[in-house]
Amino acid sequence: MKEELNTLEQTVSSDYKYGFVTDIDTDIVPKGINETVIRLISAKKNEPGWMLDWRLKAYTQWQKMEEPKWPNVTYPPINYQDIIYYAAPKQKEQLKGLDELDPELRRTFEKLGISLDEQKRLSGVAVDVVMDSVSVATSFKKQLSEIGVIFCSMSEAIQQHPDLVKKYMGSVVPMTDNYFAALNAAVFTDGSFCYIPKGVRCPMELSTYFRINTENSGQFERTLIIAEDDSYVSYLEGCTAPMRDENQLHAAVVELVALNKAEIKYSTVQNWYPGDKEGHGGIYNFVTKRGICLGERSKISWTQVETGSAITWKYPSVILKGDYSIGEFYSVALTNNHQQADTGTKMIHLGKNTKSRIVAKGISAGYSNNSYRGLVRASKWATNARNYSQCDSLLLGDKCGANTFPYIEVKNTTAIVEHEATTSKIGEDQLFYCRQRGIDTETAVALIVNGFAKEVMNQLPMEFAVEAQKLLAISLEGSVG
Amino acid sequence: MLSIKNIHATIEGKQILNGIDLDIKPGEVHAIMGPNGSGKSTLALVLAGRDGYEVTQGSATFSGKNLLEMPPEDRAREGLFLAFQYPVEIPGVSTTNFIKTAVNEKRKYRGEEPLDAVAFLKRLKEKMALVNIDQSLLSRSVNEGFSGGEKKRNEIFQMAMLEPKLAILDETDSGLDIDALRIVAKGVNQLRHKDRAILIITHYQRLLDYLTPDFVHVLYNGRIVRSGGKELALELEEKGYDFIKDELGLTADLQAE
Repeated sequence: MKEELNTLEQTVSSDYKYGFVTDIDTDIVPKGINETVIRLISAKKNEPGWMLDWRLKAYTQWQKMEEPKWPNVTYPPINYQDIIYYAAPKQKEQLKGLDELDPELRRTFEKLGISLDEQKRLSGVAVDVVMDSVSVATSFKKQLSEIGVIFCSMSEAIQQHPDLVKKYMGSVVPMTDNYFAALNAAVFTDGSFCYIPKGVRCPMELSTYFRINTENSGQFERTLIIAEDDSYVSYLEGCTAPMRDENQLHAAVVELVALNKAEIKYSTVQNWYPGDKEGHGGIYNFVTKRGICLGERSKISWTQVETGSAITWKYPSVILKGDYSIGEFYSVALTNNHQQADTGTKMIHLGKNTKSRIVAKGISAGYSNNSYRGLVRASKWATNARNYSQCDSLLLGDKCGANTFPYIEVKNTTAIVEHEATTSKIGEDQLFYCRQRGIDTETAVALIVNGFAKEVMNQLPMEFAVEAQKLLAISLEGSVG
Repeated sequence: MLSIKNIHATIEGKQILNGIDLDIKPGEVHAIMGPNGSGKSTLALVLAGRDGYEVTQGSATFSGKNLLEMPPEDRAREGLFLAFQYPVEIPGVSTTNFIKTAVNEKRKYRGEEPLDAVAFLKRLKEKMALVNIDQSLLSRSVNEGFSGGEKKRNEIFQMAMLEPKLAILDETDSGLDIDALRIVAKGVNQLRHKDRAILIITHYQRLLDYLTPDFVHVLYNGRIVRSGGKELALELEEKGYDFIKDELGLTADLQAE
């Protein structure tokens, strides 16, 4: 039996395939966090006074707060004075097009299989690339601006669209929401900003590739998406990061605002460096993502495929404020080796006849620990609120763990909340059955895992689904025999 | 086609097979009968290459190749098929997708192009009729929520799709009522072919009423103690396994089922 389990372990313990470092000069602010550093970040970005004030206020609040201890994860204490809070790739002047991009940078993207040219030419995806905190290239901007869609970096939005930023930033995730959101508010470096005007259906998927690239530099992005009445947007976020020995903190904030009958679809494929097989290094991914269905009959849908990071702590949520609004959460979280994930969602029903649906699939392998944590709350005003939750866990081997922590709070008697959960295991019996049919172990694991995750994968836009499938396979395969 | 010489095998250090010799030629149907614990299923799993079943002595060649050196998937791709006694459920993977993957992995091994959707569906339809399997089963996850009879029929259907050189049916009759047994047996009979050998492993003779073997072997204590024609099965049915014991002068406690 021992021998059998070893085969399974080998199958699921493969090396991180995107572990390379791009050699680009970076412009770095000294280590540590204090008022001077915050002022320096704000100055480097040429920010207006109100933005600096906001940051400083957040910093003051953050100092009074405590790091949360309730997630089902363990890690050594983080020294916040040992982190570099700002690093920007040196760019001498503004780029006119993708052709002017630093060739080294372009090679990185090509290694990742993200050919901007290809994307631009074939798929009609506008890519706003965030590399080490500063957007270095934005494409399709012209086409988008013709229909009034604003898609730019957060830094640019602060300069160009201060009224929108002032109105909505912090309106969904307040600066004091939690410890990491407050930290982000104080030191965020960049991110994406999208504004879809009234009645516009954004004709292309908006996409950002995030990438962490400077040693010891935390990433503090902030994304804000606003969909006006009767508009629609689909936003894609994908990530890979180079191999690192030291832990890197990532504390992003994403805010979505959907007005009357607007729909926002937000998809993520996350593949940050998970640490080595012994559990050294890897990204700490402590992210706050939340959307608000502010208007009637609006809809927000989160889809995530999480395969990376040493620790994931993330609950993309929807506040269903508008009557008849809909919130959805589709998730595949895969953990391997010593990875830890505590992830799930919150569906807060405030409006009447609001509906939410949760489909969470956890895949655990190696020595990893994978927890689903979800809250469904129907407030006393949420007449006829409906929720359906389904949480499935798949275990590979017998050294990993899976947990489900559903929290249900119903304060309105007409609300209906359903929760279903299953746990299954890929055992040697199943693998042998596949092999006896001529399907080798790697192919069998990919077949089973993709079958398990299918319901979520189907929610991803086509080009993303292919990448996500590859990721699941890469994360579990590679070194049989 | 299959030539087994003096196979000894252990599971977790426990000796189960004590020197088995068996020769199977194309087109032949062999039956191995024996009481519980005699090593019947062990033999099937040793031939299929299950991990943890260690061959300590002896050899096995399959189509001229050393069977024991091959990983299980290559044995399958070479044309060895095992119909499982307890078919495994694979949630989330549709039966059609599973079989398509298996068929194409085998083709890849043989240097052939994968079957395209049209050719695959054509073969699927043909074989469905052959073994009388319902289309609705094929869109469901592999064996998930299948009845005992459906699981066994699905095994025979996969056998039909994969067109093996040697099919080992491990207790395919267990857990089937007489109607299901008849359907399964009919399917197997449809798959009899001059180039295909079949090895039936069974406790009872009743499957052999429908699937007439050319040879019957009695397995006892990890050894083949008697071989004969189909009449041997009837003799066993009539006298029970005890007569073998008596004949061999053994005092071991044989369990009757």
